Amino acid sequence: MTECGAEEIVELRINGTGVRVPAGISVAAAVLLSGETVFRRSVSGEGRGPLCGMGICFECRVTIDDLEHCRSCQILCRDGMEVRTA
Amino acid sequence: MARAALNESSFDIAVVGAGIVGAACAREFADAGLRTALIEPGVVGGGATAAGMGHIAVMDDSEAQFALTRYSQILWKQLAERLPADGEYVRCGALWVAADEAEMAEVHRKQRYYSERGVPVEILDSHSLAQAESNLRPGMAGALLLPDDAVAYPPCVAKFLVNEALELGAKLIQGRRVAAIGGGTATLDDGTKISSLNFVLANGIAAPVLMEGLPIQPRKGHLVITDRYPGFVQHQMIELGYLRSAHASDIDSVAFNVQPRPSGQLLIGSSRQYGSNDSGVDAQIIGAMLKRAFEYMPGLRTLSAIRSWTGFRAATPDKLPLIGPCPGREDVYLATGHEGLGITTSLGTARVLADLVLKRECAIETTPYAPDRTSHPLADARGSVQIGGARGSVQTMRSI
Amino acid sequence: MSRGFGADIVVAGAGPAGIAAAVRARECGRSVLVLDDNPSAGGQIWRGEQSHGQGSFWLRRFAGCAAKLITSARIVDGDAQRRRLILETQDEAFALEYGKLILAIGARELFLPFPGWTTPNVMGIGGLQALVKSGLRISGKRIVVAGTGPLMLAAADYFRRHNAVVPVIAEQAGWIRLARFLLHLAKHPGKLCQAAVLRFGLRRSRYLASCWVEAANGNEKLESVRLRQDARVWDEDCDYLATGYGFKPNSELAELMNCRICNTGVDVDAFQRTSQEDIYAAGECTGIGGAELAIVEGETAGYAAAERNDLAEKLFRKRSKARQFAAALERAFAPREELRRLPSAGTIVCRCEDVVWERLESMKSWRSAKLHTRCGMGPCQGRICGPILEFLLGLEPDSVRPPVFPARLESLVAANEIEEGICQ
Repeated sequence: MTECGAEEIVELRINGTGVRVPAGISVAAAVLLSGETVFRRSVSGEGRGPLCGMGICFECRVTIDDLEHCRSCQILCRDGMEVRTA
Repeated sequence: MARAALNESSFDIAVVGAGIVGAACAREFADAGLRTALIEPGVVGGGATAAGMGHIAVMDDSEAQFALTRYSQILWKQLAERLPADGEYVRCGALWVAADEAEMAEVHRKQRYYSERGVPVEILDSHSLAQAESNLRPGMAGALLLPDDAVAYPPCVAKFLVNEALELGAKLIQGRRVAAIGGGTATLDDGTKISSLNFVLANGIAAPVLMEGLPIQPRKGHLVITDRYPGFVQHQMIELGYLRSAHASDIDSVAFNVQPRPSGQLLIGSSRQYGSNDSGVDAQIIGAMLKRAFEYMPGLRTLSAIRSWTGFRAATPDKLPLIGPCPGREDVYLATGHEGLGITTSLGTARVLADLVLKRECAIETTPYAPDRTSHPLADARGSVQIGGARGSVQTMRSI
Repeated sequence: MSRGFGADIVVAGAGPAGIAAAVRARECGRSVLVLDDNPSAGGQIWRGEQSHGQGSFWLRRFAGCAAKLITSARIVDGDAQRRRLILETQDEAFALEYGKLILAIGARELFLPFPGWTTPNVMGIGGLQALVKSGLRISGKRIVVAGTGPLMLAAADYFRRHNAVVPVIAEQAGWIRLARFLLHLAKHPGKLCQAAVLRFGLRRSRYLASCWVEAANGNEKLESVRLRQDARVWDEDCDYLATGYGFKPNSELAELMNCRICNTGVDVDAFQRTSQEDIYAAGECTGIGGAELAIVEGETAGYAAAERNDLAEKLFRKRSKARQFAAALERAFAPREELRRLPSAGTIVCRCEDVVWERLESMKSWRSAKLHTRCGMGPCQGRICGPILEFLLGLEPDSVRPPVFPARLESLVAANEIEEGICQ
């Protein structure tokens, strides 16, 4: 929170589109807030999204700044992040 | 009910161990019409078969090794035609990578060797190597390409071979271990007796337990597998120093070896250690092995590793397997001692052994693998392993 | 790239047990370093906790106790002989040495498969709660909560307070079991009160016993769930399904470090000591028992690790009482037999590798399931599918190998690059 009480905003890109979110939220929350529900494609092509919320199930994996297989539920959004889902 | 039946019935041949070697043997015997038993205490293909890399390789270490690997490679191509998808057979080819001109000379020597023997082979120069494998660090001297080399997933291949054997009339006895063999009878650990005219020991490093004095030592290896990165690596890649690691008998050594799995995962090895029967993962060995791998593929650093594990290769003093009648035992045959080539030579081993047992003509010379070739079959096999060299330090096989 | 340092007492996990252990050990004057793989302390229950309640009380004490805290750090390997942990953060990996180690690594939800459970927006109960805590907005959304245990009420209430609508809370346990559990709750008036308050707050939600989700429907996004209660089956439209059937202790790191594991979790003695010298364990990883038990176990471990067994002993009675509650929980909420018949032949059981039930139902061992179908070979390392096969088939998992969580390859080299040093 800034001094006047307004929330700090973080700007990142999800699948090429700029998104503004409150500071301190997870990448998973940001992806869901952007309206995307499919984070990755499973081995047989199913769309998948977060399940456990605690970094164990690996269903929330996205590519962040060209690094694949990032568990988005445990990573906080940072300014300038490039997030790619399936 | 089943046990009473087993006590009474007889087999022509009973194979001990349903790893890929035992499974292949059982299939050959069943196919030849022998009453075949296959005895496995654990999971089919669950021992060294599951721990290894599954690289189907031709090797030029010796004429005998070449003959067996090349013969096996051709048999694998035939098997591949009926192997189901979970056997994951892919003919991705192998690259023996030369880091400098000295290793490049070795590449040329190998090329001549394989060429003379009709094995498809190609030399890649620095530029074409970089094109073939974009994640290799720049500045490699070149590589030897063996396009017939393949990779497979051995536990499912073993399972497939067992199923074929069963369809051909073989019997699988699972969940019990052979405790002793004598007088035409294998006694299992629950007391069941299996009577058979012949026995085959295809149980890897456990063979000396049943046949004291076999010159087989466990040689521990480590592997790491990553998450899925399709396209990161195209071929099975091995550094030329690998052979020196395979030869070194008294030091812990690592050598760069990476395999692309059809899943897109990367399987990274390799390591060799004598004198350890602790199956725990040694962090120091893993560290040395990965450091070596990073020298060849720096991009590996940030990839995600899912699992690491160990396995024990069955090693013989002269690096050739024991295939044939066991010295001093007229009803026992051996099919073990394959060191790092068990997956490749499983099929050739089974064919050679079947030819020997059935007194058929064999496509290759069998005397180099004869178990009685070692002048003292009982020599230096008992008790603890000799350990020379520097323990506690890991040597990296570097080119000179 | 790596630096070696440590503390007298290293605490793995900044949830209730870890926080309580750290606070007590600090009171005894020891240097304490706490590690957690989440961006902030609190664990699953207390993360993002607001101004009141037990959680914020302990979090404040923790903030004030001068324990060192490293967040977003995951332990990927541990060596009990060398008293060393290998950690990975987003940017680096390093080794850490401990004088004593307290494992407060918690538990994870037990998921059971049913047709459609892999549809996006089907999440764990704690899972959805964690996502809301980390910024997901659920205002106006319909959330069906299904599974088992008191957590469902707490989570449903949390969702309600964040302006979601919870039409149904489906509890698989039957009324008789629930009644017995309520009787037991009567011995803990505080808890009974809590439950009543929660239930009142959720009065617009139907709380149904002997009820569970049979299927989730939706194409790449949840649209509705099919619920069954006895003979009645019906569809409930919803945006999210929060489902979980209890918890499984995270015992893998303990096992990797050669601590004995028993049927409830990491095996500990009266002073929370594991079978491995200088390693303690506290909280859900020793057995599922809820926050109160986790706190008192953490305190006990903190005192014991600080060599104040006299102070630890004073907590034995409180812990004993909390354990009774844990036992009652287990009796009341054990997943019922019918849940074993939920998956159909084509239901995915191993989500990492998409292995379906019909390929697994005849497997006789975890190892054969893994080797012959790839079940458990994915990045979750069998954490999700292992407990499923344990429940459906009685199969026990394989031994644990490093890395205990997937780690960057370069982090696995960190073990060899250590400079000795202890931080105070």
